[in-house]
Order: sequence, then structure tokens, then C-alpha cells
Amino acid sequence: MRRLSGSGVVVALVLLGGCQGVQSALDPAGDQAGGIAGLFWLFLGVLGAIYLLVLVLLVGALLGLRQRAATERRLTGLLTAWAGGTTIIILGLTAFSYGTDARITRLGDDAELTIEVTAKQFWWQVKYVEPQPSRSFETANEVYLPVGVPVRFILKSQDVIHSFWIPNLHGKTDLIPGRVNETSITARRAGVYRGQCAEFCGFQHAHMALDAVAVPAPEFEAWRESRLKPAPTPTPEDQLRSEGLQVFLTSPCVMCHTIRGTSASSRVGPDLTHVAGRRTIAAGALPYSRGNLGGWIVNPQSIKPGSQMPDIQLEPDQLQALLAYLDSLT
Amino acid sequence: MNRMPRTVPGREEIARDGPWLSEAETHRRLERTWETPPGLWGWLSTVDHKMVGRRYIATAFVFFVLAGILALVMRLQLASPENGLVSADRYNQLFTMHGTTMMFLFAVPVMEAFAIYLVPLMVGTRSIAFPRLNAFSYWVYLFGGIMLWVAFALNIGPDVGWFAYVPLAGPQYAPGKRADFWAQLVTFTEIAALAVSVEIIVTVLKQRAPGMSLNRIPIFVWGQLVTSFMVLFAMPSVMLSSSMLIMDRLVGTHFFNKAEGGDALLWQHMFWFFGHPEVYIIFLPATGFVSSIIPVFARRPIFGYTALVLALFATAILGFGLWVHHMFATNLPHLGNSFYTAASMTIAIPSGIQIFCWIATLWGGSPRFATPLLFTIGFIVVFVLGGLSGIMLASVPLDLQVHDTYFVVAHFHYVLIGGAVFPLLGAVYYWFPKLTGRMLNELAGKVHFWLFFIGFNLTFFPMHLLGLEGMPRRVYTYPPGLGWDTMNLTATVGAVTLFVSLSIFAANVGVSLFRGQRAGSNPWDASTLEWATPSPPASYNFAHIPVVSGHDPLWEEPDGLPVVSGLRVNQREVLLTTAVDAEPDVREPVPQPSIWPLISALTLTGMLIGSIFTPWAVLWGSIPVAVAVTAWFWPKSPPETPEPVID
Amino acid sequence: MSSRCHDCVGVALALGLAVAMAALTASCEREERDTKAPPESQISVSSVALSPLQPGEASAPPGGSHRSIEENAFNLAQGKQLYTWFNCSGCHAHGGGDIGPALMDDQWLYGSEIENVYATIVQGRPNGMPSFRNRIPDQQVWQIAAYVRSMSGLTPATASPSRSDEMQNKPAEQSMPRQEPKDTHP
Repeated sequence: MRRLSGSGVVVALVLLGGCQGVQSALDPAGDQAGGIAGLFWLFLGVLGAIYLLVLVLLVGALLGLRQRAATERRLTGLLTAWAGGTTIIILGLTAFSYGTDARITRLGDDAELTIEVTAKQFWWQVKYVEPQPSRSFETANEVYLPVGVPVRFILKSQDVIHSFWIPNLHGKTDLIPGRVNETSITARRAGVYRGQCAEFCGFQHAHMALDAVAVPAPEFEAWRESRLKPAPTPTPEDQLRSEGLQVFLTSPCVMCHTIRGTSASSRVGPDLTHVAGRRTIAAGALPYSRGNLGGWIVNPQSIKPGSQMPDIQLEPDQLQALLAYLDSLT
Repeated sequence: MNRMPRTVPGREEIARDGPWLSEAETHRRLERTWETPPGLWGWLSTVDHKMVGRRYIATAFVFFVLAGILALVMRLQLASPENGLVSADRYNQLFTMHGTTMMFLFAVPVMEAFAIYLVPLMVGTRSIAFPRLNAFSYWVYLFGGIMLWVAFALNIGPDVGWFAYVPLAGPQYAPGKRADFWAQLVTFTEIAALAVSVEIIVTVLKQRAPGMSLNRIPIFVWGQLVTSFMVLFAMPSVMLSSSMLIMDRLVGTHFFNKAEGGDALLWQHMFWFFGHPEVYIIFLPATGFVSSIIPVFARRPIFGYTALVLALFATAILGFGLWVHHMFATNLPHLGNSFYTAASMTIAIPSGIQIFCWIATLWGGSPRFATPLLFTIGFIVVFVLGGLSGIMLASVPLDLQVHDTYFVVAHFHYVLIGGAVFPLLGAVYYWFPKLTGRMLNELAGKVHFWLFFIGFNLTFFPMHLLGLEGMPRRVYTYPPGLGWDTMNLTATVGAVTLFVSLSIFAANVGVSLFRGQRAGSNPWDASTLEWATPSPPASYNFAHIPVVSGHDPLWEEPDGLPVVSGLRVNQREVLLTTAVDAEPDVREPVPQPSIWPLISALTLTGMLIGSIFTPWAVLWGSIPVAVAVTAWFWPKSPPETPEPVID
Repeated sequence: MSSRCHDCVGVALALGLAVAMAALTASCEREERDTKAPPESQISVSSVALSPLQPGEASAPPGGSHRSIEENAFNLAQGKQLYTWFNCSGCHAHGGGDIGPALMDDQWLYGSEIENVYATIVQGRPNGMPSFRNRIPDQQVWQIAAYVRSMSGLTPATASPSRSDEMQNKPAEQSMPRQEPKDTHP
């Protein structure tokens, strides 16, 4: 038994070495996640020590040590001390938990940026909300965050319950149809992180991810300006892209997707105005590339079976034109 | 204790146990009175709690194996990223069936099953209370389980998770009848559980042996009593909510439709109001197993009887105040969440007291390392770790990171497998001789234990890290490159190890049933009343009802227990005693074997399955049920009991 | 055999038999969730006739029946979702009709069989029904057509959609009494 506990500790240490990650709660890159990680290490320390104590006592009992000392009266006294000690530790941990919770909640008080996320099966509709409507814009499956700025998230769902979770930045909050939930995130370290839906939502719950990119404030402004622009109309000389736009507007694409700057304005599927500027497509299922985009368009049901994107029949040259056009939408 | 008979001499044949009847004659007449008729009819109509208990245990283990195989398939799918072993739809069905089967068809029923078998024996009576209801509960449970698994085989198995959150399980997003089968299964198992809990409460409070006052009841029996009360309060919540779900889906009510005044969160509250006590309903009987096994193998009476009983009460009461910790991520007000954090942390205190008492019992004794004790030690090692990860989950900020990730999967498997399955396996090794008259093989038992312990930790320890590293639950696959690959593979290797260990266990059981070493009535030199009967016990349990004067009757009276006499041997009856002090009170007739519980269960099954498809089934289906239940309760002429009771 | 063997063997047999029987019989097609589009060759709108009248002898209807589409719960649920997403309710409301004809009654201007509804959606019709050819993929058109038939109770109640999670505007399709189609002229 002792050998096993020891090897367990070794294994744990080895595995803990992999703490870094783009979707790891143990690698905090934001204030909220940092607070939580600190609380975690405290709990782990205290509770780990208690566990070791219990194991030591158990092993001692099994080895038959100090039997004569175990009188009824002594044991009763120890029981009282044990109950008292447990109570004190529990009270302490509860107090730390309350303190961290209060602190983290207050962090969102002075939010300077508001992002509205509406979860759908199986993608994230993201809207950057500004008081001036012409400064608001929509995108999908990505959030860009300025480092050091508290951001408020307004969370809604259009169908079933989902959960918005970017582990490196904060804990999760559910998006519940019929309710509007809120959370806030303050990114502290620039980098690319991955978020994922964390409430079972149907067929493709496993493939409902989003990219969370924290960048310094000037870069964020540049990104925002670029996202505000509508899609450029292809010039007449650029025949392939013009043809691609025509394909877009005369095939099933136009029934579900919006490209600002064209007549396509359906809100059923993700906004594609800047699709080529995203790191991934299909809610994190594939990295962005022309080839992946082509494969996604003609056969999404092999990649993400059960997603709402149907298999689209296109002639090869139509597909090439369409891809050329979409690839220009950075 | 020995007095002359009270009938007028010569007026009727002597028909009560006591010194006026020889031992052999007593046994013969009791056997004739209490035995179940042979053959298929007898098997179907038995009301003997031991027969019903044994088949309940066997059925629960069959479901355990089935759900375990599903888990193995799930682990094989997750062994490598973007694996294509099963499709997304099939995987969703697998984890739903695994959770539903384990929670509703294995964990609670197996604990009830041990209660049904052991509680009457431990309290010193001849039958469980309401034996026909007991038989009915088994059939309802069996038919519900068969319904679910046949549905699964027919592609109508549920795929919405064992917790079936709405709106995903609601009428719009769960097309077809899959979720309805889930909801109706809940009805079946909850009827069965409620029936058993009523029987246990009455048996424990009214049918104890004389002298077994409340402070002398074995802790196992306390555990089952407290659990039964928990069942009474918790099960109706899920029965109600699952019925509301069926109504939303079938007839268009709006319980969970926000647009018409309902609320999706209502489901969560109602489900978890049941769901949290449910895990304590599974855990408390297991603590009863541990409290039975440890004193026997430490060779001394349990330390801290009062503290252990109070801990059971505290856990049961606190257990009803914790449910919102499953909903911390839903953005409920912080003040409310804080209350549930405090309650969830507080429940660690009684559990901690229990752990101390068990270790203290071992400390004061000289342990005998037989397989039951090994499993109990394994329980302490595994369950305490699970309980401590539970304390982490009680904190709102920590929970917001690890909720709905593999960290929670690790936590609840540590507390459920550690806290319930380890003691259960120990209990099987411990009570197998009593149930079957044969011992399980010790060497195979030890191999089983070590493989199970190692396999379990290999499977579930890495999941703590997987959750912290970002892997959510209920995902049929995951992308490569996130650092999850090795840990998932390790977990799968562990799962295969668990499978091997359970195969050894199954082989041990199978072979020992026929070739195991024969056991006497008390092979472990234990102290509670069930060990005073032959192995397996006769149909009437005790030829004479014992009188008890302490918690460890067989240790306190090694030369034979005093008994009371005067119960009839030509009619089935049990002795009822007062609730607190167990003074003899009245004699109560016990029913004969009856086929009506089975027929009632069949008609009820028809009604419940029909009501998945049409609400008219509730109306038309209730007619056969009414007929069967009327036949069941049709009054039979009561046996004459002119004499007051005994001495 | 002693009774303890009866218990284990009996239980295992009962369960095993039940499950095996179920698995060997056809698995429930109604509950199949088939997300992939069927191959093109199975679907051909040119073989769909709008009129039952034929000169000479009546020939057998071409190809396989598409009845299985409308007996599948997943297809009907998808059809319902697409009906909202593609704004069919803009002209047909939730089946009661507005500037477009009602879809939940027994009047079918262009035929009530699922192949007819498919043709209506793909080809468009005079007086305002747009043609959705090349705009809605075939598989989805079949799902919408199946849903349209469910709106007047023509699909099996066990497969038809139940109430939706929104304000109630009509009885659920599974509760709709069957509206037997009557022949009408445009």
C-alpha cells in the first residue's frame, strides 16, 4: 500500500509537468483564471496534506502499531479533536473560497468592452456591441480580447443549454435559452487560447470550440477596424473572384450566411465577412486553409456529422471560384 | 422465557414454537409453512425475501456488467484523438446508457437488494415487511431495465445524458421517442425503490428481535434505515420531473418552456434535488458494509457506534441541502451559491468522522487481511481522495473551471466506485458464504482486488488532470495536440485492466457456486444475527426468535442466544416489537406466495410503456392494473389468533 | 438445479433473450439519425407526376417511395427547423397561411404526396411561390416536404414533431388530427 501511494505521487508529478496548454486551467492567462488557479493550489496543498495524513493513519492501523495506546477514552478524545480540526479546516477553505469568488466577481465591474455571445448548435455567434450601432459588428467562433481590459460577456442561447468556457482565462458560464447570463474576463497575457462548449448540447458538442486571442490594445483596435469593414467587391478584372461571388449568391450559401457588402444577409449560419481571417473554421474543427474550407463546403457531414451545414453539390470549377472569393475575405 | 402453552389442553394441536415441540419437529413444520413451492410457479410467486434479494443482486450485477461493457467501448473510442470507432450519435447513446444503467439499474438496486436479503436476518425476524410488495418491486425493476435495454438495441435508446437536461431532452431538440424511454425508466425504478424503502423502514422499526433497542441495531441496518428515508424524500422529485418531461413531449405541456411561462432551470433543480441525495443513497448503505466488515476483520467491536449513527443522520439531512452545487455554472445569484458551498463543505465533516471511526477500529484490533478487508481498505484509500476532490468542487470558483470536465468524472468515479463498489465487492466476498453456503476463492479474490485497485487508479486518476487541462465531458472525440492523448490512452489501459479484474471476479463467482469450499454458519466469526443461521439460511430464517442484549450478539453470547418462543409454526407469522425498545408487541400474519405481484408488475409495465406512445394508455392501461391489484389485495380470511402474545 | 442457480441463470436468460430478440429484429428506422445526404441517383424530381391522369394504361410509379423520409423523426424535426430558418413562415405563417396558402388544412393546390411538395418547393409555382432549386440542397428539401405533410397530420404521430420551445401558435404536429387531402384545382 505504501509503495502504491508513493508511485502514485510520482505519476502525479510527471503528469503535472504538462501544465502548459492552450486550453488549460492550470496555465492562467487572465485575472479571473489566475485567481482560481491560486485557490486551486491552496486547496490542493491543504487537502493533499490531509490525504497523506489519512493514509499514514490507515497504514499505521494496519501494521498494528501502538495498539495498547488505543484506549477507548484516548480514541474518543482524538475523535473530538479530529472533528474539530476538520471543521476548522472546512471553515478556512470556505472563507478562502468566498473571498476569491467575491474578488473575481468584482473584477468585471468596470468593463470597457461588451461582447454578446449567442450559442447555437454547434457554433458561437459573437457580436461586439458598441453604443454606436455602426461600430458594432458580428463574427463567429472567435473572440479577440485586448490585454488588461475587463471585457463583459453577455451570454445567450438560441436552442439548448451550452457553456462558454475558455480555461486559460476564466471558469465557465452556461448559456441558457430564455435567460441572459453574464460573465467577465480580463486577459493578462497575450496569446492564442482555445475555448470549448462545456455543456452537452447534442451531436457535435465535441466540436464546438472557439478561438480566444488576447492581443495588446493597439493590435486589438487594428483588428476591430478591419472587422468593421464590409467585404470588398471583386474588381471586374479579377474574374475568378467575381465568379466566386456569383456562385455564393446563387447557391445554398446565400440561404444561411451573411457577407456584409453583398446582398447575402441570412442569419442562420455564421457571418462569413472575414472568414479567411480566422484561425479555424467549423467552430474549431479544422484549421483555416483553402483546402480545408473546400472540404468543409462539399462534405461537412463527414467532418462534423450532425452539424447544421448540409453537404453542398458544386461543380469543381464553381468550387474553385468560390474558394478564391472566400479566401479573399480577410 | 419458558412457560406452558396457553391453549386449553386437548382443545387444539400444539402449533407454536417453544419447548413443547422438539427441535426436529419445529424445523420440519416451519419449513413446511415457510417454504416456497417448487418449480417455475413457485419461483415466479415467491415472497421469500432471500429469494427475491438474491435475484435482485444477480440482476443488478448483470446490469453492472452491461454498463461496464459500454464504458469499455467508450474508453476504446477515446483512446486516441479523432478516433472513428463509434459515431457521435452512438457515443451519445453509450454514455447515456452507461450513466442511466449504473445509477438507476445498478447502484441503488444493488444496495436495496442487500438490504432486502440482510436486514430481516440482521434484525432477527422471519420475513421482510410487505413481502408481496417486495416481489412486485423486483419485477417492476426487472421489466424497466429490460424495457430500457431492448429500446437501446432497437435504436430507441436515450441519447441525452443520464441527467437529460432540457431543452436538449425536450420536445423540440430530442425528436422521436428516445428520451421518453429514459423518462419512463425512471418511473419504473423509482416505484421499485420507494416500495423497498417502505418495507425496510417498517421491518427495521417494527420487526426487530426482542431486546434489540435502537442503540443496539447493527450499523448496517441503521445505514439502510436512513437511506430508506432518503429515498422516500428524494425519489418523488425525479419521478415528478420525468413525468413532467414526458407530458411536455407527449401532450404539449409547458413545464420547461420559457416562452410559455416554464423554465429550463426548473428541470435542473428538480433533477438535482433527487440527484444529489441519490449519491448518498448509494453511499450510505456502502458505509454499512464497511461498518459490518471492519469489526469482524479487526476482531473488535466497532469504535464510535454513536458517532457513526449520528454521522449517518447528518449526511442524510445535509445531503438534501446541496443540490445547487451541480448548477454553479448557471449564473444563479452569488449569495445563494454561497449557501450551497457551505453545505457542500460541511458534509465532509460527518464523512470524516466515519473514516476516523473505521481507522480507529482497525487501530485497536489485529487485522486479518482477507479479501473483504482488502476491499474495505481500498475503499478508504479511494473514497477519501474522491471526497477531497469533492471539497474542491464545493468551491464556486474552482467548480466553474472544472464543472462538466473530466475532473468531475474522476471525482464521482472515485466516490462512487471507491465509496460504493469497493465496499460492495467486499460485501460480496463477505456474505457470499451466507447466501450460497460456499466460500469464494481467497487467492482469486486477492488477485481481483489488486487488479481492480490498480486498474481503477490507472483509469480515473489521469482524468483529474485531463479536466484541469481543459477536456470537457460527454465528448465523443477530441483533437490531437492539446496534451490529452497520453492521459486518455492511460485511462483506456486502466479500463481494460478493470475488465480483466472483473472477469476474474465473475469466474470466481461462477466456479465457487458449484465448487467452492462449503461454509458453516459463521465462517468469519462475525457478530451479527445473520451469522446465527445456517448457510444458506432456511426459508424461515430463525427457528426461534433470538433475544438480544448488545450490538454484537454473537460475540456477547458465544454459547448460544436466548430466544423467545410462541410463534405459530403452522401459519406464517412474525413478531412485532415496539419501535424504540423492541419489547414484544403483537404477532403479525405474513402472506403466502402469490402470483399477483408479478401480474401487477406486468400490467403496470404495459401501462407505462403504452403511455410513452399515447396518453390514452394511462386510462386504458390502468384497468388491468386495477384488476391485478384488486386480486392481490383481495381479503383472505385471517388466521385465528385468539391468544395474546408471548413471553 | 438449486434455486440460487435459478436466480442467476433465469435473470441472465431473460435479459439476454430480450436484448438479442430486439437486436435481431429490424432496428427502429423511425429513430435513425442519418445526417448524410443520400446519393443523387435516388432522388429525381423529373420522375414526379403532378397529375394522377395518364393516357392508356396506368404505369407503376417510378422509383422507390419516399415514405421512409416522412416516417423518420429526425427528418421531421430537421424539416421543422428549416421551415423557420428559411422563412417559409414569412408567407405561410406557422401553417395557417398568410399571403401564401395554408399548409395545415386539407386543400392541396399542387398535390399532397411528398414528391409533389418536393416539386413545388424546387420548381416554384405561379402566384408567388419561389423556386428553391440550387438554393436548398435536396436532402433538406425532402425534410421540409416531409414536415409540410406533418403539419396536416399526414405523418405517423410517433415520428411527427412535438410542440416547439416557443410561444404556442398551433397544436403540435403530432396532435394534429389527420386532414385527408381533397383534390382541388388551382
